[in-house]
Amino acid sequence: MTIAPLDNTTPIKKTRLSHNAVFWIGFSVVMALLIIAPLVLPEFWRRFLTEVLIWGLLAMSSDILIGYTGMVSFGHSAFFGLGMYGAAAALLMFSPPSLLLALAFGLVASALVALFVAYFSTRLRDIYFAITTLIFSQIFYVIIFTWTEVTGGENGLNFRRPPLAIPGLFSVQFTSETMHWFVLAVVAGSYLILRRIMHSPFGMVLQSIRENEPRTRAIGYPVQRYKIVAVMLSGLFAGLAGVLYAVQNRFAAPDFIFFLISGETVIFNVMGGIGTLVGPIVGAGFFLLLRELLGRLFGEQFPYLIPLGVIFIVMIIFLPQGLLGFARRWLNR
Amino acid sequence: MELTAILLSIPWDQILIQTVNGVVTGMILALIASGLTLIFGIMDVVNFAHGELFMLGAYIGVVVLATTGNFWLALLMATLVVALLGAAIQIATLRPLIGRDPLTTILATFGVSLILQNYALWQFGPVARKIQEPFTGRFNLFYLEYPWYRLMIAALSAAIIGGFWLFLKYGKYGIWIRATTQDRVMAQAMGIPVPWVHTAAFAIGAGMAAASGVLFGPLVGVNHTMGLDWVLKAFIVVVVGGMGNLGGSIAAAIFISLLEAYASIWVSPAQAVIVSFIVLILTLLFRPTGLFVPTPK
Amino acid sequence: MNAAVNATPLIAVDDLHTFYGKSHVLHGVTLHVSPGEVVGLLGRNGVGKSTTLKTIMGLVRPTGGSVQLAGSSITGLPPHKLARMGIGYVPEDRRIFRLLTVMENLRTGLDREGVSEARKQELLDKVFSYFPVLGERRNQAGGTLSGGEQQMLAIARAMMLEPKIILLDEPTEGLMPRMVTQIRQIIDVLHREGVAILLVEQNVPLTLESSERVYIMEKGVVKHHAAARDLKVNDAVIHQYLGV
Repeated sequence: MTIAPLDNTTPIKKTRLSHNAVFWIGFSVVMALLIIAPLVLPEFWRRFLTEVLIWGLLAMSSDILIGYTGMVSFGHSAFFGLGMYGAAAALLMFSPPSLLLALAFGLVASALVALFVAYFSTRLRDIYFAITTLIFSQIFYVIIFTWTEVTGGENGLNFRRPPLAIPGLFSVQFTSETMHWFVLAVVAGSYLILRRIMHSPFGMVLQSIRENEPRTRAIGYPVQRYKIVAVMLSGLFAGLAGVLYAVQNRFAAPDFIFFLISGETVIFNVMGGIGTLVGPIVGAGFFLLLRELLGRLFGEQFPYLIPLGVIFIVMIIFLPQGLLGFARRWLNR
Repeated sequence: MELTAILLSIPWDQILIQTVNGVVTGMILALIASGLTLIFGIMDVVNFAHGELFMLGAYIGVVVLATTGNFWLALLMATLVVALLGAAIQIATLRPLIGRDPLTTILATFGVSLILQNYALWQFGPVARKIQEPFTGRFNLFYLEYPWYRLMIAALSAAIIGGFWLFLKYGKYGIWIRATTQDRVMAQAMGIPVPWVHTAAFAIGAGMAAASGVLFGPLVGVNHTMGLDWVLKAFIVVVVGGMGNLGGSIAAAIFISLLEAYASIWVSPAQAVIVSFIVLILTLLFRPTGLFVPTPK
Repeated sequence: MNAAVNATPLIAVDDLHTFYGKSHVLHGVTLHVSPGEVVGLLGRNGVGKSTTLKTIMGLVRPTGGSVQLAGSSITGLPPHKLARMGIGYVPEDRRIFRLLTVMENLRTGLDREGVSEARKQELLDKVFSYFPVLGERRNQAGGTLSGGEQQMLAIARAMMLEPKIILLDEPTEGLMPRMVTQIRQIIDVLHREGVAILLVEQNVPLTLESSERVYIMEKGVVKHHAAARDLKVNDAVIHQYLGV
């Protein structure tokens, strides 16, 4: 690099913050807001925010596939649901209920389901993949819905919330605030982990699959294997969201495995901005907030999905980048 | 003799009944799947809203039947209205997406399905409605009575599909549809107004779904979620039959319905759907291009 | 060549720029075809000859420049309108409708508004007289025809539109020498009927024999323009732009 000759009239350049610095500052600001939130918000909004984070985590897990690998999946309800039921199983089978076991069971369950689904559906591309994941999530729905002895069928399962505990060290019951902080920690941690993974060589290969799959294969990457890992990774974090939901709400129901949940997840992704990881969380917040507001303005009976559906379609046509799409390049540097 | 014992223990009467049931359901499923296959084959759009078009057809049938008392008028009106609605949906939501990633069309039609479903729930409420069959009356199948109406559904569905096939094979517009399905670009270069062919195809598919809804209405209650089960089965049928392959979907529809009908002799109907899932998995494993499609080179 | 200059050209392409995805394929192509003229478009592989035809036909949108048909702008019009306005297109690799019969292939162009049944029969009879093989195979699926027969069908199909100009993209590619002669004859027949032709070809002798004028392209622009009779096959110019 040649150094330009010193010129007395060159103005002193302002120091600019590095990209990294800006990111961490922004991240810290958002985290600070989210940490303080439960202390100032009324109970309803506190729980609302916690739910947004959980659904946001689910949507974020789906972004791995949609935004980074270019595979639209409608199977996330299965991963989410199995995480939920896995946690339920742990919390019901073992007394006293253990948070760690709930996490373990839930994550293993969703990972296994993800592996199963991935094995079959990654053989197909694009539309066929989407349909197959949808059908699989319905398979699990039917199984859980009809296997009443084990899963409680239509009525689902109820259980107690486990304490926040590290065996042998401490054990303290969750309060509404600490529950929120726990969820926030998990979601924020997941975001940072996923961000790291997506920027790693593995993540780069996924993105190259999205850009041009035949070329990626031609270069020599075992594309299907990468896809399977991507689905499993996605399923794992979706299952984590399911565990959080179970712990937060203390019940599990087959409704959450119904493919409509997958559909809503995809809506969060598209509205928030695919390929940004954090966009889907914003999308979830946007959607759920609108739903809440419409319900308050027009009453509980109002079919909120009609205007929301219209907004969704309009966004697909005119704003396919989603709310945070403009920041996608920046967030992925 | 052991063989006689085995033969006697097979519930032949049940199997016969279920065979007829399977064919009846299969024909309805074939009608729904044909519309889906047509739409996919010609414009690469997976129409998620197809089940809702089926459902709306049924509801329009309910309304027209209540006002006029005429089942056939209800069938006609439902088909026409939903066909027009289908054209409107295609123009408003799918045309702007031409040339974009085909996955956006899945999302768009999914959005449409949400809107239609909730609209139905809003307008008609959660309680199921009933469509009265145009004629009751059963005939004797062994010692059991089998409703004539069910046979009529099968016959009518077959007639509609047959009529559609004839339309495709002969007739100027049938050629336009087939040409557009094979090579959209050259169809345009030959002066075929492809955007309108797409709209028409979507409308036809929608109309077929609506007709199925009205025909099937008397068998089950008409409610806002009835589309969901059918759309899933229809998708399975389309994948198993070979996406874009009309004959394949029809064969697959009957095949899967028969298997499910037989399965329901031994397990509950809710569990019998697992059969279709198993068929799908097997197809994906061994013949992913479709069970009834000749193996690709 | 000079007589044509004063009349309004049938097709006038002016400073056309086209992209294929991110690559800038046409860098300002300018050419014209007068009514009834046969014009050749030569150049090596990849210089943008096919893209020029596709842009004229509306199959690809130009990012700059214009295309005019008999004086009025047709830039950006959809292909099906252009077909009805009298532009026929015969792509390289033929692209006949393989699952449609020969007859059905022809009908895609024949079934137009304002054409009487008598006229349709006339057109069919004419085409079957030029291509008897197609008449013999009229109920066979297009995909079962040989390469040469498919090429004939592709041209016949375009003729069903009664076009004022046919855009012919490498019609002799992959054909036996005997068929090349037949293509030459077809071009002559079309010319006698007053149909203009914009002929993209790699086969230099055929192009020079059939055309009145020739353009030579390189890297997305027209580099040379001459009357066909002023060029010989082994001209320096030919070597420069087309030589191996």
